[in-house]
Amino acid sequence: MSIASAERKLGWGLLAPALLWTAAFFVVPFLAMLALSFAHMEGRAVVQGFDAGNYIRAFTDWSQLKALINSVEITVTVTVISVVLAWPLAAIIAWQVPARFQRLALLMAVLPFWTSYVVRSYSWLLVLGKNGVINKALMGIGVISEPLALASTRTATVIGFVHFFVMLLTLTIYANLIQLSPNYARAAQDLGASRWATFVHVILPLTLPGVITGAFVTFVLCIGDYITPQILGGNTELTLPQLIMLQMGRSGNFPMASALSVVLMGVVTVAYAACSRWLRLDRL
Amino acid sequence: MARKSLTALALLLATPAFAEDTLNALVWCDHTDPALIEPFEKAHNVKVNLKEFEGTAAGLAILDQSQPGDWDVMVIDSVDVRRAVEAGKLAELPADKLPTADFFPDLVMANNNTVDGKTYAVTEKFGYNTISYDKTKVDPKDMEDMAALTSGKYDGKIGIYDYYLPVLGLVALGQGIKTADLNAETLPKLAEPLAALRKSAKQVSDVVSSQTALATGDVDIVVGGGEWLTAVLAKDNPNLDWTIPKQGGLRWSQSIAEVAGTKKADLALEFIQYIVSPEGQAALAQSSCYWGMPANQKAGDLLSPEAKAVLRWDQQPDYIARSQLYPIPDAATDAKMQDMWTAMLNQ
Repeated sequence: MSIASAERKLGWGLLAPALLWTAAFFVVPFLAMLALSFAHMEGRAVVQGFDAGNYIRAFTDWSQLKALINSVEITVTVTVISVVLAWPLAAIIAWQVPARFQRLALLMAVLPFWTSYVVRSYSWLLVLGKNGVINKALMGIGVISEPLALASTRTATVIGFVHFFVMLLTLTIYANLIQLSPNYARAAQDLGASRWATFVHVILPLTLPGVITGAFVTFVLCIGDYITPQILGGNTELTLPQLIMLQMGRSGNFPMASALSVVLMGVVTVAYAACSRWLRLDRL
Repeated sequence: MARKSLTALALLLATPAFAEDTLNALVWCDHTDPALIEPFEKAHNVKVNLKEFEGTAAGLAILDQSQPGDWDVMVIDSVDVRRAVEAGKLAELPADKLPTADFFPDLVMANNNTVDGKTYAVTEKFGYNTISYDKTKVDPKDMEDMAALTSGKYDGKIGIYDYYLPVLGLVALGQGIKTADLNAETLPKLAEPLAALRKSAKQVSDVVSSQTALATGDVDIVVGGGEWLTAVLAKDNPNLDWTIPKQGGLRWSQSIAEVAGTKKADLALEFIQYIVSPEGQAALAQSSCYWGMPANQKAGDLLSPEAKAVLRWDQQPDYIARSQLYPIPDAATDAKMQDMWTAMLNQ
C-alpha cells in the first residue's frame, strides 16, 4: 500500500466520527423532516405522500407569509443594530482599554450570558413595561408625560435580541481586531490617508471576516429564536418560529411545521450564500 | 420511513424515566407543585416522573411517539377525553372506585368522561375563562358586558389570553352563539368581532405574560382570564378581580386518566384516587402554577376561608349555571379555528 493511500485511509478514518455524527444528527433528521413536509393532514392523521400544498400555503396564505416577512425584518434589524453597536465596543476594548484590563472588560461584556435566557427576557418585559424603569425614569425627568408603549411590541423584541447579540458580536469582532497589526493604520496614514479614510479603506475591510461571521451567527440564532418574540413581542405579530410552534403544539400539524422549518432553513441557506465569501467560522 | 425517523427523534426527547418505583405522568403545570406530589410519593414510596405538556394535540402526539407502558397517567381537557378514547389512548377506570358522588354534580361530566358506558377519566379541577381586570383601573360595571371591550374605552388596555378555544368561545357567546353550536357554518361570524377585539388589545399572551401584564399595569383587562389567572396574584394585588359577564363565560375543566397500556395500573389508579381525594383536590386547587376549583366538594373542608373567597366557592352554583363548556370542534372546524386565530395574531 502506497503512503498516499495509507494517508487517505487515515484521513477518512479520522473524519468518520464527524461524518457519522453529521449523518445521524443532521442529514437523516433533515431528510425525515423534508419527507414529512410533503405529507398532509386528513383530520388529525398524517398522510404520507408528495403534496406541495404546505409550501404553497406557506407562500400564498398571508398570515403564514407575514410570519416569514416579520422574521426577516426583525432579524435584519437586529443584526444591523448589533453590528453598529458591537463594532465600536469591540474597538474600545481592543484599542483603548489597557491590555491588563481587556479580559475584565470582555468578562463584563459577556456577563449577561450567565443569566437564563428566559429570565432575561421576562426581566426586559418588566423594564420596558408601562410602569417599568424606562418609562418611570423618562416621566420622572419630564421627557414624557404618558408612558411609552414599549413592552409587547416589535421594539421590545428587537431590544431583547440586541442585548443578547451585541455581546456575541463584540467577541467575534474583538477577536478580529486584536489580530490587526497597528502597522496597517500607520502605513496608510504615512501614505497620506486621513483617519476616516484609514478606517473606511483599511481597518473596516480587514475586520469584515469577524463582522460577517458574527453577523451570520446572529442572523441564524435570531431568525430561529422562539422565546424572545414570544415573551417580549406579546404576540402582536408572529414570527416563523412562533408559527412553527403553533403548528406543532396546537394543531399537531407536523407536515406544515416541517414545511415551515424547511423554509426557515432555506432563508438561512440564502444568508450563508450571501456571506460565504467573508465567513471565517474559525473566528468564533 | 421518514415518519419513523422523526418519531425516533421525538422519542429521544420525550422518553420517560424508567424505574420500578416510578410513575410516569403527562401533566399540566399545576401538577408539578411539590405540595401536591410529595405527599403521594412519601405515602407510596415512589417517584412521580412529571412531564409537562400544553394542549391535547401535543399530549396525544407524545403518546403517539411512545411505547405502551411508557406513560401511566395523563391530564387532559375534559372535553377531549372522547377524542383520546377514540384514538385508543386511555384505559378504562373502575367507576366504583372514584368518589364522583362527592363531586359538584355538573362536574362529574359523564358525557365527557364516559364513552359507551365505560369511564375513562375523572374530572379533577375546573374554573372559568372570562374576564380578569384591575378594579381600580376599569369600571367593574363595564366588565359585566362584553360589548365594553370593543367600545373604544379600553383600547390598548386589554390583553387576550393566547388560547384559541376559550377566547373564540367567549367571542361566540358575545355574538349569542352557544359554544356547542360552534361549527364550520357559525365560525365565520366570529371573524369580525375577533378582529375588533384584537384591534382593542395591546397583546395576546400566555399565562405568565398575561399575569405579568395585569400585575404590572401593562394591561388592565385580560380576556380569557379568570380565577386561574388572578388567584396566585391576589395576595400581592387585591385589586385584581374577575367576573362572568352577562353574555356568559367559558367553563374549563381538566380530567385525569390512566394511559392505555400502562404496566402500573394499580399505582396509576392510586395516583388518580389521591388526586381526586379531598387532600389532593385541596392541594391541586391551590397549586403554585394556577388555582382552580376542585371537582370534589369535600375539598372545601380543607380550604381556608380566604382561599374559598378567592375561588368564589359560594358563587359556584350561579357561575356553573351561567357558563358553557369549551367548544368541541371536529378536526376540520378545529383547523379553521386555528387558522382564524393565526390570522388574528398576524392582523
